Amino acid sequence: MEMFKHALDIISLWALPFIILLILITAYIKKVPVYETFVEGAKEGVNTTLRIVPYLTAIIVAVAMFRASGCLDFITLHCSGFLSKIHLPAEILPLAIVRSLSGSAALGVFSDIAAQNPVDSFTVKLGAIMLGSSETTFYVLAVYFGSVGIKKYRYALATGLIADFAGIIGAIIVATLFF
Amino acid sequence: MNFIWLFLIIVSIIFGAINGKLNDVVNSIMSGAELSINIAIGITGVMVFWLGIMKIAEKSGLVEKISEILKPFAEFLFPEAYEKNKKAIGNIAMNFSANALGLSNAATPMGLEAMKELQRINKDKTSASDSMCMLLAMNTAGFQLIPATVIAVLAASGSGNPTEIIIPTLLVTSFAFLSAIFTAKIMQRFFPPQNETEVNENGDV
Repeated sequence: MEMFKHALDIISLWALPFIILLILITAYIKKVPVYETFVEGAKEGVNTTLRIVPYLTAIIVAVAMFRASGCLDFITLHCSGFLSKIHLPAEILPLAIVRSLSGSAALGVFSDIAAQNPVDSFTVKLGAIMLGSSETTFYVLAVYFGSVGIKKYRYALATGLIADFAGIIGAIIVATLFF
Repeated sequence: MNFIWLFLIIVSIIFGAINGKLNDVVNSIMSGAELSINIAIGITGVMVFWLGIMKIAEKSGLVEKISEILKPFAEFLFPEAYEKNKKAIGNIAMNFSANALGLSNAATPMGLEAMKELQRINKDKTSASDSMCMLLAMNTAGFQLIPATVIAVLAASGSGNPTEIIIPTLLVTSFAFLSAIFTAKIMQRFFPPQNETEVNENGDV
């Protein structure tokens, strides 16, 4: 286990330097003018971020408002009875909802769970798995589609949400089996 | 997306009013807007750097090489892109690898570059192609080998063995990732195909 993590740490550390070296050395061999080419490509970076700003602001403001409204606490309060019937901790629900909306918010919710429960409790471990296996669907959709001006998402949102749901169910099953 | 955005904002204001948190909701508009600009500025530097590096990779033929190596996966997941735009496949592969390694700062510019290439071969410039939906499915599922942030939080909370969540998380993230891919594959059969749009030489509508 530790070995596995150690190996992956080394890979993570070396991934970017290795890719950069590989790209630059190949370019040098192929006689590509590296500096000019870098600047040419980099110019587009500023435009790309400018293009995604409206989409970013739209989604982040909406999620911030939603979190501030206390709506999540309301849902948790009203679902805790049902959740305890199926032996799930109620604190997990806000995390399950928020992890599709905002990464920093999900991390905040999880940090609260970790602070308020014994660190080796089932609740914390389930939360850890849920957060570790998620990506913020709405943010990714808004930014990726926004960057190229796609207005009709077709089935992308449904796919993202189904996968999120599968992740939640998967996390509950795996956490129950492991811990 | 229209509905969800509207829903989030209306529900927030109504709930804020009921809970007596309307003031917090109003403040969150300002802080959220500020945060979004900070995020945008924060990623601009990384974006500029990676798009520069990616251009070098593209000119030296590396991006196309990657797509050749990944032919079997690419033909299954992105048949349209594999046929018409090899550069998109190379970018998608790099986006996936960066995500898997938890390098999300590098993954975003690569993913956006892939979107740009997919848009080039998109029939209808205003709606998402099957390849785009597949790329988004892969990204929203968020496959990651090591949940580094979560481990850090666990360690900070005094967990004796924070790395014990690696294997369970890996199982769940793989499962979610595969569900995303297969959902996208199934959905594309049932969704009406895109219409053609008139496109000028620059690729604009």
